[in-house]
Amino acid sequence: MTLRPSIRAVSEEPHDLVAPYALDALDDQERAAFERHLDECADCRAQLEELQEATLALAYAESAEPPPALRERILEAARSDNGKVVQFPRRRWLFPATATAAAAAAAVAIGVGLWASSLSRDLDRERSANAGYARALQLLGGGAEVTQLADAEGGLLVAPDGEAALVVCGLQPAPKDKTYEAWVIEGETPRPAGLFRGGGECPPVLLERDVPKGAQVAVTLEPKGGVDQPTGPLLVRSEAV
Amino acid sequence: MCTSELAVALGPRSGARTPEHVTAAAQLSDEALLGAVARSDEAALAELYDRFGRMAYGLALRVLRDSTLAEDAVQDAFLNVWRSAESFQADRAKASTWVLTFVHRRAVDLVRREERRRTEPEEAAPVPAGPGADEDVERRSKREVVQDALRQLPVDQRQAIELAYYGGYTQSELAERLGEPLGTIKSRMFTGLQRLRALLDEAGFETAS
Repeated sequence: MTLRPSIRAVSEEPHDLVAPYALDALDDQERAAFERHLDECADCRAQLEELQEATLALAYAESAEPPPALRERILEAARSDNGKVVQFPRRRWLFPATATAAAAAAAVAIGVGLWASSLSRDLDRERSANAGYARALQLLGGGAEVTQLADAEGGLLVAPDGEAALVVCGLQPAPKDKTYEAWVIEGETPRPAGLFRGGGECPPVLLERDVPKGAQVAVTLEPKGGVDQPTGPLLVRSEAV
Repeated sequence: MCTSELAVALGPRSGARTPEHVTAAAQLSDEALLGAVARSDEAALAELYDRFGRMAYGLALRVLRDSTLAEDAVQDAFLNVWRSAESFQADRAKASTWVLTFVHRRAVDLVRREERRRTEPEEAAPVPAGPGADEDVERRSKREVVQDALRQLPVDQRQAIELAYYGGYTQSELAERLGEPLGTIKSRMFTGLQRLRALLDEAGFETAS
């Protein structure tokens, strides 16, 4: 095949990411960008559906007998999922030791992008989410400082007036009878700052409480509806802003 | 999605696994099964695993080439299915595509994070299906059809598809690795997948479980 389009010409054209997307051959950022495009491009969706017939066949071609215990392990994990602590992702979600504020900022930017891509797929939440997203973008563009998270990928955006949005990547959706709750911790005192469900890559959560200088933000898993004082395990915490 | 008869068949909270119950789950379409999973029906999750677990594990093993990691990938993926089945949209994808995409992405994520990384995926010994399983003959013939179709692709298209899908390489990594422009890699993937699909159609391949 002699077809050799120039790199620049094709990389500006999102349509031709359909095949790499179908094969999961995009990195996280490319995938998020393409999913955004996918929401607006009916042709791409139709094309994707066709190509997925082929990738599905590639999956069908592979078959191996799993260890018998795996079935019960999965069912057990699902069964205990309703009450149990979300398994917080292990080491792989951590920033490398050399991570910098720049890396945190990049993760946040990606997070906001990823989140936007999942947005239009959830029409029920679109309205409130749109507002949160728009605000998070404004914060990002309006000189908000990005503070690194100690336990997770993402970051905390804090505007000069204290308004803040939290971006956490890789939190699994909360179990059905639980919710994630954000906290602003000043001194020793945690105050509730909003509930969210997690899932969907890196959704930004606009905090319901301002974050003053020196405070930290944390996330715990709590019973549905939220609580006034944290009871669940501490999953994520930011450094002091 | 048609779920009303399902609710009747399975009951609102059906942890119990009576024979009738299992039979009911077994008769549901993949899509209806996901609907039941969305309502926290464990029997439906079990049935989903029975339908796709072997493929899921085979796929994860092919990508990760490590049985422990493959088990992790499958478990993570099914737990993800359990938690997010509500967001499945039948008009957007088949249930099988949806479930196996979770498995594949998880496996690819893991292999990309593992520095031990895939060496030459195309040399990976194919994982044989375990003997003694009921649908083995059918499964094996599907496998043969797919492998046959892959072999009929031009070698550069086949290579791009296999390195990406089974090797977990991104398009950019592939461009670098193969010393080709990114655009060439993309068009190989696209043309290759289209051709693969046409070949599978000709061979009468059905991706039904």
